Amino acid sequence: MTAATIFSRSTRSRFPGFGLSLGFTLFYLTGIVLVPLLALVLRPFSLHLEDFWAAVSAPRVLAALRLSFGMALAAAAIDTLFGFVVAWVLVRYRFPGKRLMDALIDLPFALPTAVAGIALSTLYAPTGWVGSVLAQHGIKVAYTPWGVLVAMIFIGLPFTVRTLQPVLQDLGRDLEEAAATLGATRPQAILRVVVPMMLPALLTGAALAFARGVGEYGSIIFIAGNLPMKSEIAPLLIVTKLEQFDYAGAASIGVVMLAASFVLLLALNGLQVWAAKRR
Amino acid sequence: MKKNRAATDDPPLLRYLLCGIAFVFIGLFLALPLLVVFSEALAMGLGPVWAAVTDPDTLAAIRLSLLAAAIAVPLNTVFGIAASWAIVKFDFPGKAFLVTLIDLPFSVSPVVAGLIYVLVFGRQGWFGSWLTDHDIHILFALPGIVLATIFVTFPFVARELIPLMSDQGREEEEAALSLGASGFATFWRVTLPNIKWGLLYGVLLCNARALGEFGAVSVVSGHIRGQTNTMPLHVELLYNNYDYVGAFSVAALLALLALLTLALKSFLEWRYADELAAVHRH
Repeated sequence: MTAATIFSRSTRSRFPGFGLSLGFTLFYLTGIVLVPLLALVLRPFSLHLEDFWAAVSAPRVLAALRLSFGMALAAAAIDTLFGFVVAWVLVRYRFPGKRLMDALIDLPFALPTAVAGIALSTLYAPTGWVGSVLAQHGIKVAYTPWGVLVAMIFIGLPFTVRTLQPVLQDLGRDLEEAAATLGATRPQAILRVVVPMMLPALLTGAALAFARGVGEYGSIIFIAGNLPMKSEIAPLLIVTKLEQFDYAGAASIGVVMLAASFVLLLALNGLQVWAAKRR
Repeated sequence: MKKNRAATDDPPLLRYLLCGIAFVFIGLFLALPLLVVFSEALAMGLGPVWAAVTDPDTLAAIRLSLLAAAIAVPLNTVFGIAASWAIVKFDFPGKAFLVTLIDLPFSVSPVVAGLIYVLVFGRQGWFGSWLTDHDIHILFALPGIVLATIFVTFPFVARELIPLMSDQGREEEEAALSLGASGFATFWRVTLPNIKWGLLYGVLLCNARALGEFGAVSVVSGHIRGQTNTMPLHVELLYNNYDYVGAFSVAALLALLALLTLALKSFLEWRYADELAAVHRH
């Protein structure tokens, strides 16, 4: 500590490679990420603002945005609920197959989205293992907007489980004990003591799953049916517009989605600050 | 024999209920999709699988995917090491903002990731006419595919190393440096041995995503069969041509790769838990 204070003036010189490492970092970040993103952000300014609004507020674009954001919200809610159950089971219980279940959670991270897409689509199609059972009850999932939901649940699940698991692990049991001593039943203790303590982690996991769902493309396009106004997600509409060489239209939707990413990133940073304060 | 239950243990009924819910949910959304891939691939036996995997277009797709990953992963690894060295070993203003910017590609839609390169290098893009004049192909060619792959796998190594190196502090390197070791020797003989498992972990995830990326690459590749189709794009092409056995055979290859990645990842988390970033220690 004393050495550190004495030499604090020479911190920079003691560790070598500041210029090189930061210089390369900034160069690479600017070239790969920032400049191309700037090309997208500046694109709408090259048209008239009315044209940008016209492109974004076209009924087909609005329907696609509504579908992407609405279904991502629903999927994030479902992933948070079931992710909590899965994390709870993995942290608190011992049962056969636990290691396997734990490893399987990361499957959506590792499995290419196109593979997930054709697998989910086959599974939930009216002829598939799950789809045929659902079809007997008159429920259609594949090639409808519900297919979008299924794919988004798949892709978002690891985000909620992996956010909740370490927090649940570190959670002391003394408050639950106190609740039990004061006469709370087990479900009461979980719902009214554990869940409020987990709130930052629950929201963080939900926000991560939502962010992933909104932008997801590969696993959805195979199962969704992709009907304009009905089951067409916003990223697919960007691709469609690019294929028609409508760069301005594609960029306009892209800017809206990028803005949403920024807002989510800020919200996530805010959540982290909040969680740190509560600890 | 009735055992005494602690006040914080769940009653058996609740336990069975929650376990049941977890198993059904994981089964419906994770296990069955994985099983379907292999069952569809093997629907007509091993022969068609072999034929699909050794098809010249499939082999070209495998080569292209491996090539793109072989360029993107080392570049992002070097970047990850440089960024975490700068961020952990030095104090400078704007550090938190820099970390946020490094994470940014994770929250951008893959399609938007492809789109930005179209806006820079496409025919109507910033450098479009210049590139056409000089006959340089970036979009619908290898450079575009590599760029899109780099973008989507950008944060993997850095976000693994930054928390790990922050945990480890600066003392060991400070000791080496004060004993007269050169900067490079300090990095090579003190830092690198300390972070090697974390680095491998990051590279593993980076590589899995690089080989499997679909959305971003799809936008910039141009989908030329046998030329600019990566493995995931080839899966799409076969599937859309109603060649289900072919599509699922290539998909099974990718799924095996994903399972291998998961196995290695679980092994690292179990064996080298102390040498990974704290979030993975469970």
